[in-house]
Amino acid sequence: MTPLLVTKGLSRNFGGLKAVETVDFALMPGEIRAVIGPNGAGKTTFVSLVCGRLLPSSGSIQFDGEDITTLPPHLRVRRGIAYTFQITSVFANLSAYDNVALAAQRSLADARAQGGVHAVVAEALDRTGLAARAQAIAGTLSYGHQRLLEVAMGLALKPRLLILDEPTQGLSDSEIDNFVTLVREIARTGTVLLIEHNMQVVMALADRITVMNAGRILAEGTPGQISANEDVQRAYLGTPADG
Amino acid sequence: MSGGLARPLALHVAVIALLLGLNVVLPDYHHGVMARILVLAIFAMGYNLLFGYVGLLSLGHAMFFAAGLYGAALPVYHLGWGVPAAFGSGIAAGAVLALAIGLLALRTTGVAFMIVTMMFSQVLFLLITYFSRWTRGDEGLVLSQQARSIAIGGTVLDLTNPSNRYLAALALFSIVLLITLAVVRSGHGRVLVAIRENEERTRMLGYNTFASKLAAVVASGTICAAAGAAYVLLFGYAGSTLASVQYSILPLLWVLLGGAATTLGPLVGTVLMYYMIDVASGYTAAYMLIVGLMLIALILYFPKGILGTLRSRWIGWLP
Repeated sequence: MTPLLVTKGLSRNFGGLKAVETVDFALMPGEIRAVIGPNGAGKTTFVSLVCGRLLPSSGSIQFDGEDITTLPPHLRVRRGIAYTFQITSVFANLSAYDNVALAAQRSLADARAQGGVHAVVAEALDRTGLAARAQAIAGTLSYGHQRLLEVAMGLALKPRLLILDEPTQGLSDSEIDNFVTLVREIARTGTVLLIEHNMQVVMALADRITVMNAGRILAEGTPGQISANEDVQRAYLGTPADG
Repeated sequence: MSGGLARPLALHVAVIALLLGLNVVLPDYHHGVMARILVLAIFAMGYNLLFGYVGLLSLGHAMFFAAGLYGAALPVYHLGWGVPAAFGSGIAAGAVLALAIGLLALRTTGVAFMIVTMMFSQVLFLLITYFSRWTRGDEGLVLSQQARSIAIGGTVLDLTNPSNRYLAALALFSIVLLITLAVVRSGHGRVLVAIRENEERTRMLGYNTFASKLAAVVASGTICAAAGAAYVLLFGYAGSTLASVQYSILPLLWVLLGGAATTLGPLVGTVLMYYMIDVASGYTAAYMLIVGLMLIALILYFPKGILGTLRSRWIGWLP
């Protein structure tokens, strides 16, 4: 099987700071991959390079065998890469319905979805449990619901690769449980790249974990291998002795 | 935007019917004023499409109005073109200008966009004054009654006749109003509003926001040019004052007063502002002072404009 996403020697500098440095990364179709690492490890910069919000200083990105290194972000979305923002960034003055409809219109235009806008929106709101709030103005929703609305927009895009940047930040425990179920469901038809700090969520969801530190990949493996890896424990998880 | 279409459509048809009824009942003076207001309201609707829905504040829309004005007036005056051809050339002039301006000005946003559009508009204004041999500068071109008639078969439609003039203005107004309603309620309209709310997010949903903004500038400029072309063909006058910076500010004020991003706001704002100036100037030469004070009150108490306030407080379905 060929990987869905491949990066080779991917780097991005901000002035003298090497936020992402020669990252070689591969993601298989259908996988749920978590990217973890301490603050400032370069996780968000890395996924921003993948979705095109930033352009790399050097290196290349391939999506489904095609080079997308210099492709503008909206054309990457049209090829099936969806990004949900770390900082909630729904359209606050529009209804939840219209927020999702914007995503649905796009996936219909790109022929990734079938049927009408209404059907695609209804399905996405249903799967995220927001159906009853369709007409609510997005800015008036609770923070947790706004995060779910972000995910609903991601769903309505019918992505082949869904990038979730710290999706559970600020969610309550029960909301997190629902979220874990939701991501498992998404992964049945798509591939998920997840940046996450909540280790329970990571361990529950990820098929494989990539650990980043100081812009580089420190380790990669199954959840079992990663929690047993001493380098990772030192850099990020903290040793048992440290408490 | 996801609500039913029946009520908004009924409202718009009712407004058009009301304006049609006014054609019969209005006294002479107000009949002429309302015809002019309808044409200026088309100008305001074109402005509102870009400012209200896409959130791009242009201070140079006089150039699109003037492109229509002179695009229609020059061929009639110098080449003896008929009304339909002149109307077409006015609209085409506006569309071409809007495309060129859009490609250049959309490289900027915010304050820079305001300044760039204003500068381009001033360039056109100065060109009109400079080439006064053809445009007659601020003295302006006056089109004869004969030049403002359309021969259809054997009958001649005289646009200087008050009723014909009013009905022609209303017809164009109605077409533009219904087009605006259709656009803002379509998927494209939703994307335009999304760009206003958060352009970066819209791009990350897969939209080419530059292309959408360019299309909006061209649509807006073309509508304003249609208003300009109609103005000269109905009222017979094209002067450089109509291309001055004042005519870039006025549509902004009309739209703010009536309610930005409402389909009927431009009409309401234009009617009120026009009559406000008309009445105030009957009492004092310092009529702009009264207008200014009313605008301050408006910004303080109704920052969303009249229809915008109505929509947010009482009538949520108002498009």
